Amino acid sequence: MDITHHHSNNAKLVCQGVWKLFGDNAGVFLGSYKGKKPRLKDVLDAGLIGAVQDCNLEVNDGEIFVIMGLSGSGKSTLLRLLSRLIDPTAGHIYFNGEDLAALSNKQMIEIRRHSMGMVFQQFALLPHLSVLENVAFPLDVQGVSRAEREKRAQEVIELVGLKGREFYYPAELSGGQQQRVGIARSLAVEPDLWFLDEPFSALDPLIRREMQDEFLRLQKLLNKTIVFVTHDFDEAIRLGDRIAIMKDGSIDQIGAAEELIINPSTDYVKEFTKNIPREKVLTLSAIMKPPALDVNRFCAQFPANTKISEVSQVLYQSDQPVEVVNEKGDKLGYVDRESVIKVLMSGDF
Amino acid sequence: MHAEHSTRTDVLLKKHPYAFIWTLLAMLTAVLMFLGKSEVRWAFKVPRELRLNLKSYISDFMDWLVNSADLGIFTFYELTRGISWMLEKPLDFTTGILATGLMSGEGSNAVQLTPPLSWLAVILVLVCLGRYARDWKLAIFVGCCFAYLALFGQWQSAMVTLSSILIAVPLGVFGGLVLGIMAHRWRLFEKFITPVLDLMQTVPVFAYLLPILFLFGFGPVAAMIATIIYAMPPMVRVTMLALRQVPDQLRDLGNMVGCTDYQMLRRILIPTAMPSLMVGVNQVIMLSLNMVIIASMIGAGGLGYDVLTALRRLDIGAGVESGLAIVVLAIALDRLSQALAKKRTKIRDSSDSQHFFVRYPYTCLCSLILVLITLIALVVPALQVYPESWSLTTGSFWDDLVKYININYFDELEAFKVFVLLNILVPLKRFLLALPWPMVIVAVALAGYQLGGARLALLTAVLSLFCAVVGLWDKSMITVYLCGISVLFAAALGIVLGIIAAENLRFGKMIEVVIDTLQTLPSFVYLMPVVMLFRVGDFAAMIAVIAYSIVPAIRYTLHGIRQVNPQLIEAGLVSGCTDWQILTKIKLKLALPQVMLGINQTVMLALSMLVITALVGTRDLGQEVYIALTKADTGKGIVAGLCVAFIAIITDRLITAAVDKSKKRLGLKQVN
Ligand SMILES: Nc1ncnc2c1ncn2[C@@H]1O[C@H](COP(=O)(O)OP(=O)(O)OP(=O)(O)O)[C@@H](O)[C@H]1O
Ligand SMILES: [Mg+2]
Repeated sequence: MDITHHHSNNAKLVCQGVWKLFGDNAGVFLGSYKGKKPRLKDVLDAGLIGAVQDCNLEVNDGEIFVIMGLSGSGKSTLLRLLSRLIDPTAGHIYFNGEDLAALSNKQMIEIRRHSMGMVFQQFALLPHLSVLENVAFPLDVQGVSRAEREKRAQEVIELVGLKGREFYYPAELSGGQQQRVGIARSLAVEPDLWFLDEPFSALDPLIRREMQDEFLRLQKLLNKTIVFVTHDFDEAIRLGDRIAIMKDGSIDQIGAAEELIINPSTDYVKEFTKNIPREKVLTLSAIMKPPALDVNRFCAQFPANTKISEVSQVLYQSDQPVEVVNEKGDKLGYVDRESVIKVLMSGDF
Repeated sequence: MHAEHSTRTDVLLKKHPYAFIWTLLAMLTAVLMFLGKSEVRWAFKVPRELRLNLKSYISDFMDWLVNSADLGIFTFYELTRGISWMLEKPLDFTTGILATGLMSGEGSNAVQLTPPLSWLAVILVLVCLGRYARDWKLAIFVGCCFAYLALFGQWQSAMVTLSSILIAVPLGVFGGLVLGIMAHRWRLFEKFITPVLDLMQTVPVFAYLLPILFLFGFGPVAAMIATIIYAMPPMVRVTMLALRQVPDQLRDLGNMVGCTDYQMLRRILIPTAMPSLMVGVNQVIMLSLNMVIIASMIGAGGLGYDVLTALRRLDIGAGVESGLAIVVLAIALDRLSQALAKKRTKIRDSSDSQHFFVRYPYTCLCSLILVLITLIALVVPALQVYPESWSLTTGSFWDDLVKYININYFDELEAFKVFVLLNILVPLKRFLLALPWPMVIVAVALAGYQLGGARLALLTAVLSLFCAVVGLWDKSMITVYLCGISVLFAAALGIVLGIIAAENLRFGKMIEVVIDTLQTLPSFVYLMPVVMLFRVGDFAAMIAVIAYSIVPAIRYTLHGIRQVNPQLIEAGLVSGCTDWQILTKIKLKLALPQVMLGINQTVMLALSMLVITALVGTRDLGQEVYIALTKADTGKGIVAGLCVAFIAIITDRLITAAVDKSKKRLGLKQVN
């Protein structure tokens, strides 16, 4: 049976039933369940740490997939599994349809050299190399000639806005600048798949915001497949096409931000999304009412994927509702003051 | 009545089980001592059936190794001589360049091909190096140090010593690096090398001088090999530690960009560990210098040889002069290597357009100096060899000083010495020698059990039993007595000084300079003033050991107290503690684990110094090793050396376990 046929065609990275237990004899313990799921309590009783438990997810080509959860929920471990920095205790990970565990060391080195890039939370810059050398490092490891790799490094340094600092050392840069170097370095090899492990959480809020914008700008330019880890739900919403919420090593729910808010599958997800300003996440399609004959005068027309916050001003100034249309201009429904106020006030709808 | 009694012991047992067992042990010992040698002979003399004639086995093995071991293509003897031939060439070369001039031919018909480097050129190059490594201050300091060597007529010997250091250090560093990397790479190798390192760092140097002498012959090469063996272990440890401390993220980075194993090591691990590795390099340099005098016993020339011959002649003046020269050399190299270790190369723009002279100014300047002065020296011989008429000597000053002290203060010094000997040293020695040996072993094992569990108990019991069965029990006890009493004094004095230094900023600064300097002094140097003042014997040895081993006691106490969380001190202040209460109830309590580690270090240093004090006539294991050396009795030397090492290991493990225990307790306290 070929499992790879089961998932959609544009999945770049697939993770099936992946477990990572830390501790002695983790493999034996999991094997004794013969494919069934042990409970969290059994894992703990066996003296093991269940860092990642039975994870299933697919990352599609060209999307930003965010893994989100509190400290210790297993995000980094999952990311390290996805990049095969560590091997899973059980389960399979497919990259472009290939089972990573089946690859030899040599093949893995090849894949990492050409198709994967990673940005680290603590930047992980080599202190003895200049900015230019740090960025060129992955190419240097591959044996690319000096002139060529420095040319490419110059390009990405310019891309992240660090031109003029090529000969600085990491210790001479601010946190934000250091992380730009980290980003530039991971882009130097033009990876298909880009891993980012809490890249901005070591930065202060203002710079974090700036770096998020920068990141979105880059992604528009480069259109990579991205796995982004964060513990900050605001960041997840700002950046992610889809978000996976992790708790105690398991994924509670995967979906677009809107979906998580409208349909939280567990209390935990609900708790998480409680304090999010809904009007900034929800789109008109989530609250629109179906077309009605008696409502036929509108103050404006908006596409269905407009955020609620963008129409509130219009609705405030006029007492007529706004009309909701799809890309082709077909009428889908309408949104009036009452429904917007409901969202703003209670959060329940 | 009987039942009541037994319940009381039960309660006692439950409450203080160890106190009970210790009392029992003490009583049993007292009974045995009361019965005395005539009744229970086995308790005081290790019975013949238990004896193990290890030393003759070892001697036989060495004989076999040197005389008949055959490795197939060549014999073992040929192998070792081959190795020493390979080391001899570079050593000859550096000695030639720095000290004697390059020679061709053998022995007395050798002809000098080139003269050695001019002393002025060497000094100027070192000044350049100092400037390159840090600043003009260091440059001038290093320049002065080497100028001192020239001025006081030590140049020739100093250069011989320096040239062996120049070969020994890179080899020691390289070997340590390779072993450390291997230990990092393979867990199994780490498991194997850790106890070997423990042993190498605790076996006194004298003990392995002899096998080296057997295998490599008398001469500078054998001396250099001994130096490398002595100086390498810290480099191995530092390498292992430094590689382990490389942040995980950097390893991940290496994997993510697709580094091969070799690239990971060469491009990521070693460069990021470099600052720590340089600390190891500094250690290797300092230990090599520490070995200078001892190495001259198996054929090293230079300053060490001068000191040793002076000591043997009891020529205090000459000894002090050469000893000071070693110290000056050590301090200069220490500062220089530390500065180089901290230096970070700044290459702003590596574009190739720049001129060679601009990119490597120091290399160019040094070459220029060398060429220029060498040429001038051809016509001005005073630049070639430092003229004797320009040199000063302080030898007679030291001789006069000793004479003066001995004439004017002899009675006081003698009275002090006799007082300490009669009231402290002799009674303690008698007591320890009178203890029945099985009881001592049981006590050591019990302490091990109490502090660290069954495994530690087994280790300490086996190691102390070793000292008994090889027939060195009495000598071991004398070692324990001399070391113990010295450590007691050193610790008491060191802790007090450490406390004062921690409380008083000015005094603290001063004492840090002093202990930094003390640490760079080779252990032999301590012997000289002691011999000058107290001549030979246990008392002189004790003073030398105290002086040598006090440094860690001071340093760890100082740091331990300074590290105490200031919030806790404020908490004490707020709750109305007096200064004294804060010191005793807060600072010292929390600094205790650190202080204990300092004492542990003190014990280690004391033991290593004790062996050297055999030269001033102690009767402990050190003397045994030393006699073995002079009689070329390999087995005897190694066995006695192992006994010293085992005493060191027992103490180390017991103290470490105690520290762990008290740390745990302090940790728990903070939680509550
Ligand atoms: N090498 C390891 N050995 C043992 N346990 C580990 C190891 N690595 C991670 N863990 C455990 O696995 C769990 C998940 O850790 P992980 O680092 O993945 O969390 P995280 O979600 O990334 O947290 P953070 O936001 O703090 O980075 C934690 O309980 C952690 O202690
Ligand atoms: Mg993490």
